[in-house]
Amino acid sequence: MTTRLIYFAWVRERIGMPEESVELPDGIETVADLLHWLRSRGEGYEHALQYPDVIRVAINQEHVDHREKISGAREIALFPPMTGG
Amino acid sequence: MPAAPVPTVRIQRHDFDVAAEIAGLARGRSDIGAVVTFSGLCRDEQGALSALELEHYPGMAEAEIGRIAAEALERWPLQGLTVIHRHGKIAPGENIVLVVAASAHRQAAFEAANFLMDYLKSRAPFWKKEHRVDGAEGGWVEARQADAVAAGRWKSPRSE
Repeated sequence: MTTRLIYFAWVRERIGMPEESVELPDGIETVADLLHWLRSRGEGYEHALQYPDVIRVAINQEHVDHREKISGAREIALFPPMTGG
Repeated sequence: MPAAPVPTVRIQRHDFDVAAEIAGLARGRSDIGAVVTFSGLCRDEQGALSALELEHYPGMAEAEIGRIAAEALERWPLQGLTVIHRHGKIAPGENIVLVVAASAHRQAAFEAANFLMDYLKSRAPFWKKEHRVDGAEGGWVEARQADAVAAGRWKSPRSE
C-alpha cells in the first residue's frame, strides 16, 4: 500500500521535500519503526530524524505517539514540536 | 440546559478585527454576561525581527483546533467560542491568534480562553520561522518547555 508522508518546518527543510508517497517495506509496524526506516534513506533524512524523540507525528491528521501502529494510515505527517499561538 | 454552541474556527492569511469578532458572538442575544478575548501578537524584542512566517498543516490545523474547541465546550458552560489563527508572513505588531470565549459568568470564559491558548501552543500544527531585518537566516522558533507544562496542568483526572 502507498502511504503519503508529509513534512513540515525544519523536518521538511532537512529532508528536502514537502511530501512524498512511499511503499512501506514489510516489518514497519509502528511510528517508531517508520522513523527508524526513514533515517536509513539518506543524509537529509538522517539529519532531520537524528533525534527521533523530538519528532511529532500525526496519522490521518491526528496526533499519535511513537508506539502507534501505522497500518491503514493514508497520510502520516512528521514535524517538530509546534510553535503556534 | 441549552445545546452547546458550535465553535467558529478559522485559519486564514489575512488579519482579523477583534471588535467585529466579539460583536459577531454577542449579536442578537442578551444571555451572555462575559466575553474574554485573547489576542496574540507578533513580538519583536530588539528591533531585529522583520517578520514571523507561520507554516501550518492545512486540514489538520482546522481539525485539531476544532478538537480543542470541542473539549473546551465540554468542560465549561460557554455560550460562544471563536478561534482564529493566521498563517503566512506576519510583521511585528500584527495579530497572530485570537480566542473569544463567551459565557454567562466570567470564570468559565477566563478559564476556557486560557485553556484554549495553552492547548493551541502545544497541539495546533503551526511553526514559526523568524525573518531578520539584516536578512540573515533567523531560523525556526524553538518550542518552549513552559508551554508544554502550561498545557499539562489542564489534564483532567479521567484522561490520565
